[in-house]
Amino acid sequence: MSTDVLMTLEEIRSGVVSRKRFDKIFALLGLLVLMSCLGVLALLFFDLVRDGASRFGWSFFTNFPSRKAEHAGILSAWVGTSLIMLVTALVALPIGVAAAIYLEEYAPKNWFTGIIEINVTNLAGVPSIVYGLLALGLFVYKFGFGQSVLSAGLTLALLILPIVIVATRESLRSVPKAIREAAYGLGATRWEVTKDHVLPYSTGGILTGLILGLSRAIGETAPIITIGALSFIAFLPPSPVNGHFPFLNFEWLTSEFTAMPIQMFNWVSRPDQAFQANAAAAGAILLGMTLLMNGIAIVIRYRFRKKINW
Amino acid sequence: MSQARALESRGAFASLKYRKNRDRAVEVVLLSAGLVAVFTTVAIVSILLYESSAFFAHVSIKDFLTDTTWTPLFAEAHFGILPLVSGTLTVTFVALLVAIPLGTIIAIYLSEFAPHRAREILKPVLELLGAVPTVVYGYFALLMVTPLLQKLIPGLPGFNMLSAGLVIGLMIVPYIASVSEDAMRAVPRYMREGSYAMGATRLQTALRVVVPGAFSGLAAAYILGISRAIGETMVVAIAAGMQPTFTFDPRQPAETITAFIVQVSLGDLPHGSIGYQSIFAAGLVLMLMTLVFNLIGFFLTRRFREAY
Repeated sequence: MSTDVLMTLEEIRSGVVSRKRFDKIFALLGLLVLMSCLGVLALLFFDLVRDGASRFGWSFFTNFPSRKAEHAGILSAWVGTSLIMLVTALVALPIGVAAAIYLEEYAPKNWFTGIIEINVTNLAGVPSIVYGLLALGLFVYKFGFGQSVLSAGLTLALLILPIVIVATRESLRSVPKAIREAAYGLGATRWEVTKDHVLPYSTGGILTGLILGLSRAIGETAPIITIGALSFIAFLPPSPVNGHFPFLNFEWLTSEFTAMPIQMFNWVSRPDQAFQANAAAAGAILLGMTLLMNGIAIVIRYRFRKKINW
Repeated sequence: MSQARALESRGAFASLKYRKNRDRAVEVVLLSAGLVAVFTTVAIVSILLYESSAFFAHVSIKDFLTDTTWTPLFAEAHFGILPLVSGTLTVTFVALLVAIPLGTIIAIYLSEFAPHRAREILKPVLELLGAVPTVVYGYFALLMVTPLLQKLIPGLPGFNMLSAGLVIGLMIVPYIASVSEDAMRAVPRYMREGSYAMGATRLQTALRVVVPGAFSGLAAAYILGISRAIGETMVVAIAAGMQPTFTFDPRQPAETITAFIVQVSLGDLPHGSIGYQSIFAAGLVLMLMTLVFNLIGFFLTRRFREAY
């Protein structure tokens, strides 16, 4: 056997050592890249808190926007955001869950279902500002809802619909077939199977999807700007609850509004340095809320996964 | 007894005919919810086309596609979309330079190197990065990244596409990482085992077996990332300046299609004016650009799911 073709033992060894070294280097590199991305997130949050520290205080939450940075607060912004989220959740949850149930439990496998599915996938990739243009043309002018809380809530509901649908479908899919078959075997109709057996098991997944959707909606700025949210609003929409019969009123739906991200955007884009502290404080609150909602979603998903043993 | 009453109240003892009819009614309701998705797409397309057609009644398509000046709100109006497209493409390019390498490295690490428990924790945490409101990223780009870059590149303007692009890149890292990782994990185990049996290291297996095997999935991740970057709005609106300039130099301030729509929306533009229509024309171009990438991405992901 000629030795010049085969490698010597030494060469093989050194080859193995160097390949193993590259392997280790890459493992470190991967971890480093991942950690530096997370480090940026932490840095961002601490920087916002530090820059906005001087603004945190009770009055920041109870003051209207003002021309003086140190008096300007986020009262109209957080009230506006809460009302918009209410509309968004009330619209997106039933429609999203119903659409998901249809696609997962009812839909026959044909071209028509295929069209709905492609639509849902495609809508998830449509830039959010295009939803804003849709809302401007359709809700604000065609339907005549104006630049209102209702328009904003409906827009964001359409925007998060794919998120809710996808999350709901995933959790419906994870319910074992045996449970459905057992219910059918006892003579339940399709809706009875879905309502009494499949849906209760999927609550965790549906909730997770809704919370993730809302956490996306709460930070969305572009579509709301397109509708025409104002950044200087020194009044509150009429309260949804009041003391006399029927205790609810819906005037707030048609009220003009501002929202947290709009307020922050307005403050960021002012040349005056003093307002940047306001922007940082508003950003810290906004980021804190998004992270909190995501945290809750992770916990719910984890708890439900642990509780159910198929 | 009380159980029977409870069952009765839920309609369990109702006639079969009634229950079947109720089922059919429910199905119609559920279907109409599903149709909301179709309706949304149709509404988006028709609104964009309807308002754009009014726009193109004033502006010739040739000017729109070849003029290099975009000043729709000036007295002497020019309607060339090229400056907005150049801004959009430049920002997207910078973003991809950040997001593709970082996202791919993270995906390889999570899929091939990280222990199971670490992946279960790291992945959701990484996804938080994609959940940060974009307006907060805009603050980050304008007030933290730009001053840092100005130290490295003297003479860099306060508004520039570079810092906006870098931050958008960071923003889509989790998205690219997540889609790529899914694609890599769809590569069957026996291919890895074959590679390990030949004495390959994890890195060799990852680069020569898993990555080629997941190629269409990786391509889908990158393409969907492009579409995200093109559609991103607030970071560019805050950090890139809002002057339409026909340039591909990332150090310059410029305006993207999305930032233009924001800029016009901030002002109080009368319904039906040419300025109002111009944002729909810009939106149509944006929609077409992202649609092409989304469709390519959609078919690529479907391919990698079916490949094995």
